[in-house]
Amino acid sequence: MASPVEQFKIKPIIPIEIGGIDISFTNSALFMVVSVALITVFLSYGVRSRAMVPGRWQSMAELSYEFVANMIRDNVGAEGRRYFPFIFALFMFVLFGNLIGMIPLTFTYTSHIIVTFALAFVVFLGVTVIGFARHGLHFFRFFFPHGAPILTAPILIPIELISYLSRPFSLAVRLFANMTVGHIILKVIAGFVVAMGVAGVVPLAFLAGVTVLEFGIAVLQAYVFTILSCIYLHDAIHMH
Amino acid sequence: MPQFDPTFFSPQLFWLAVTFIGLYVLMARVSIPRIGAVLEERQRRIDENLSKAAALKADTDAAIEVYERALAESRGKAQAMIKETVDRMAHEAENRQREVGARLSEQIKAGEARIEAAKAQALASVREVAAEVARATVERITGQTPDDARLTEAVATAMEKR
Repeated sequence: MASPVEQFKIKPIIPIEIGGIDISFTNSALFMVVSVALITVFLSYGVRSRAMVPGRWQSMAELSYEFVANMIRDNVGAEGRRYFPFIFALFMFVLFGNLIGMIPLTFTYTSHIIVTFALAFVVFLGVTVIGFARHGLHFFRFFFPHGAPILTAPILIPIELISYLSRPFSLAVRLFANMTVGHIILKVIAGFVVAMGVAGVVPLAFLAGVTVLEFGIAVLQAYVFTILSCIYLHDAIHMH
Repeated sequence: MPQFDPTFFSPQLFWLAVTFIGLYVLMARVSIPRIGAVLEERQRRIDENLSKAAALKADTDAAIEVYERALAESRGKAQAMIKETVDRMAHEAENRQREVGARLSEQIKAGEARIEAAKAQALASVREVAAEVARATVERITGQTPDDARLTEAVATAMEKR
């Protein structure tokens, strides 16, 4: 039987190399493309009729739009509207990555730390740039809360700095770990089903339950990733 | 774990960048404006219908107000008319009553005068009859005719005493 981490293996489909850098089109890239295509089709197909009273698909497309729009309005405020396309793309990309990964024999690109870290780092970098662009050097005040006694500065500033710098890592690791562990658990339990023969119905029932849970986690982690990005954005715009 | 194998970092990063930028452009240029337009159009329609409903309601309220004012006006008019008629009739009745009363009292007065006259006449005739009776009585008893003047005087005195 294949190892439980077999499913995370990257397999090049079309080997490409430019300037000594490997940029092969892999199974990971394939599912990124599939995800982008599905998101676009889902959203475009949904609103193709532009009905006043939405049908099922249109409702879902509108729901995802309004879900992210409300998330930004509640967590970032009116200034967050500018970043709506990015946050929306981020949410849909993570959500579809997680959900497509739930289909057997597919590849979950959000279970790769390099992917989640790249996304988290883009958020971190963007938020920091926005913070400095809006507040200039005053943004450094962010690392020392208002009203705190000056004597606490030597303790508070390093703590705040470390907590700020650890944001991309916590964001990336949270998503990567949730997806990886979920898929490993599914794989291990599925292995039991086969190994235990007739008694395998017990792990099978358990597997069904865990699968439902994993679908929940897939949606939840996309939500968590996005809302944390929104909160970081809020911090950069409003400074605490 | 394959996740920590740096061999496949560069292809994944490259394709992540390609697909995510592609997705961002698609979302920002196509999907978001499209869904946003649908939502905005719906909101516009809802607002339009609401404002139309509000306008219609205002019209209805205005119509009701006009109707009520007209009703109150005509009611007041009717009331005034009734009052005027009642007053006029009362006035007329009073006039007529006064007229009739006056005529009646005139008639009563005339009747009383007639009665008085008749009474006087009757009294006069009684006096004459009494005088005649007295004369006849005196003639029967004495056999002579009494003096007219004295007789009349005696009768008058007797009648006066009664």
